[in-house]
Amino acid sequence: MPPDFIAAWLNKNDIFTAMTIMEYWDGMVTTVQLVFLCLIIGLVFAVPLAIMRTVKNPFVSGPVWFYTYLFRGTPLLIQLYIIYYGVAQIPGIQETFWWEIFREPFYPALLAFTLNTCAYTTEIIRGAIISTPHGEIEAAKAYGMSWFLRMRRIVLPSAARRAVQAYSNEVIFMLHSSAIASVVTIVDLTGAARNIYSRFYAPFDAFIFVAFCYMALTFTMVFAFRKLENHLLRHQRPVGS
Amino acid sequence: MFDLKGYGPELLSGAVVTIELAFLSLALALALGLIGAAAKLSNSRVAVGIATTYTTLIRGVPDLVMMLLFYYGGQVGVNMISDYIWETYEVDFFFQFNPFISGVITIGLIFGAYMTETFRGAFLAVETGQIEAARAYGFSNWHTFRRVMVPQMLRHALPGIGNNWQVLLKTTALVSIIGLTDMVRVAEEAAKQSACRSIFSFRWRLCISPLRQARSFS
Repeated sequence: MPPDFIAAWLNKNDIFTAMTIMEYWDGMVTTVQLVFLCLIIGLVFAVPLAIMRTVKNPFVSGPVWFYTYLFRGTPLLIQLYIIYYGVAQIPGIQETFWWEIFREPFYPALLAFTLNTCAYTTEIIRGAIISTPHGEIEAAKAYGMSWFLRMRRIVLPSAARRAVQAYSNEVIFMLHSSAIASVVTIVDLTGAARNIYSRFYAPFDAFIFVAFCYMALTFTMVFAFRKLENHLLRHQRPVGS
Repeated sequence: MFDLKGYGPELLSGAVVTIELAFLSLALALALGLIGAAAKLSNSRVAVGIATTYTTLIRGVPDLVMMLLFYYGGQVGVNMISDYIWETYEVDFFFQFNPFISGVITIGLIFGAYMTETFRGAFLAVETGQIEAARAYGFSNWHTFRRVMVPQMLRHALPGIGNNWQVLLKTTALVSIIGLTDMVRVAEEAAKQSACRSIFSFRWRLCISPLRQARSFS
């Protein structure tokens, strides 16, 4: 039996009904989908880009540098506007099948988020790659490993361990930035909160509730990454702990 | 491409709004960061608790949600307070909450939390010998803080402040969502008026690069 004041509050409350809770739930599903997809795609592209960024030849590393500079130097909101409003302006796109995809706001947002997170992840992985101890690479060379084998067996695994901490920050930043998807009419968590705010004119209920939803997501991810870090960096723990 | 369809002056005034917003919220963030770091390193449990709650809350919630909460909720909250003041003290008091103020408060609060962490790390990097020497000279707590800790801490904090400044500048783009006519807003309206959307957005990029360079002077 719940205490009386909770029952009284639930009786009078018009805002947190099953309908609005479902709206929040749908919003949360959209947010998680968007963030998860853009992080996965961004990570897949970031690894080869980061390797290209470490190559000495400026014709290989230059374009990647330019890409990361551009996408890390401008607000994500602007990138989203350019892709969402700009793609429709490409002459002739409305006749091709791409229009079917880019007409929805979800895919332009996904593209913008992916490009953005890929740029940051590239720099994170690059930082981890160039801080590989020289001795490890020399030892791999002494064993006669080819460049590819060296990358796969020595450099990337140890770089992944060093990158995971910075990458967890990037994941949380991406979760927070995904709130701006609501600007291009996607009903994610923030979009649901804005809809409910405008229906009931109840800013505190709508936005504070959604803030707690985001906090729950954030701290779940922080917890998961801490577990992962503990697992990956087990060899660095002091003996006996 | 670069005639801006006659929107040049408006973009310029939008840029001025963006810069004003950025500097005001930077000032607020630096002040909050200094207070927060001092609170986190103090011996008082209450102060540590408040500062930790503050930084945890801010890092768990997206900046856009905070901004919408302050913009839509700010006026409601201020009205509730002024109603209460009117009923209890019969003092008439009115305060208009506009997008600029809510933008400054939100961005200041958010980056205050990041600055707290930056300053905390920097304070910890100051050698304890320095503090002991100040004690030996008979400096009071406040004097030690102002004359010894802060000047040395700032050297360690500068790179972090530079990073935060860059992120802050990019976050100011969000105030266009709550209706402040900053550079992004003008660019968006210009883009809706004229047919070529991407040009105006690219202008913003050109404008932002010199501001980013400010980092190298810090």
